Amino acid sequence: MHELAIAQSIVEQVEEVARSQGLAKISTIRLRIGALRAVVPEALEFGFEVLSQDTPLAGARIVIEEIPIRITCHECGAISSPEPGLAWLCPACGSAVVEMTSGKELQLDSLEVED
Amino acid sequence: MEIRVVENLLKANEAVAAQTLERLAKHGVRAINMIGSAGSGKTALLEATLPRLRESLGVAVIEGDLQTTRDAERIDRIGVPVVQVTTGKSCHLPPQLVLRALDGLDLDAIDLLFIENVGNLICPSEIPVGEHHKVAVLSTPEGDDKVLKYPMLFHLADAVVINKIDLLPHVTCDVGRIRSDLEQVGSRAQIFEVSARTGEGLDGYIGWLLGLVG
Repeated sequence: MHELAIAQSIVEQVEEVARSQGLAKISTIRLRIGALRAVVPEALEFGFEVLSQDTPLAGARIVIEEIPIRITCHECGAISSPEPGLAWLCPACGSAVVEMTSGKELQLDSLEVED
Repeated sequence: MEIRVVENLLKANEAVAAQTLERLAKHGVRAINMIGSAGSGKTALLEATLPRLRESLGVAVIEGDLQTTRDAERIDRIGVPVVQVTTGKSCHLPPQLVLRALDGLDLDAIDLLFIENVGNLICPSEIPVGEHHKVAVLSTPEGDDKVLKYPMLFHLADAVVINKIDLLPHVTCDVGRIRSDLEQVGSRAQIFEVSARTGEGLDGYIGWLLGLVG
């Protein structure tokens, strides 16, 4: 269900950008979404399709770049990506004192406009 | 032609949440976003703690649900100011509704405001409502695998309340696993094992809540 809320934000924010920059026809919307956000791409695309009907964004394609969770170890400085559902432990030294440095993104990255 | 934008998709929500925080700050109110599954005991926990908190603090509740005013009625019955927000179809409390709900409360009389989110572990942890602290409520019948399944909430939570501890003999739930999983999702949360029904373990949680108010 949260994909629908995210799709609504996409429609509102892209329409705003299109208005302010005078963009006519947007063909592609590129997003960066962190793995921790648990976004199902199909659900997001479907939500966008429904919500963008009757707007200038109808028919635009959604392209999602999934950003993996990355953790930085406070003990040894190693950067690693834990598999989803697995413990956040440093694979280099085994420490659990780690900080998440990516994986929470929920970003509108760029738009492609038909020339 | 490609146009770079780079905007946070939650920026509209975050802007409204910031307005709520600003308004709360003017009246010296600290707000807690309570997040947990449907049936984990969020309302029961409020019923068990509010009468004791009220002895030394001004408390109030914003209740979020898809439908019905049942939870608000439960809080009203113990004599604590409450505003019910029904979200209709939304699986989380939108910050706009929380901001509006503040109009129904006497903020000057409140030190600690509890915002009980819609029962769900995903969306409420993503959408800020204008809170200072997040409290995650888990219950033992849900099992011990929720932390790794929903790491976002448990990574962000300032406190994790493991409720229904009195049911441990009857359910399959290893509290030790919950604790070690919390460490492994980088949690810095205070952990409280409680039973809202019997009152076991509530002293520690109440002490933590009291400590939030300067």
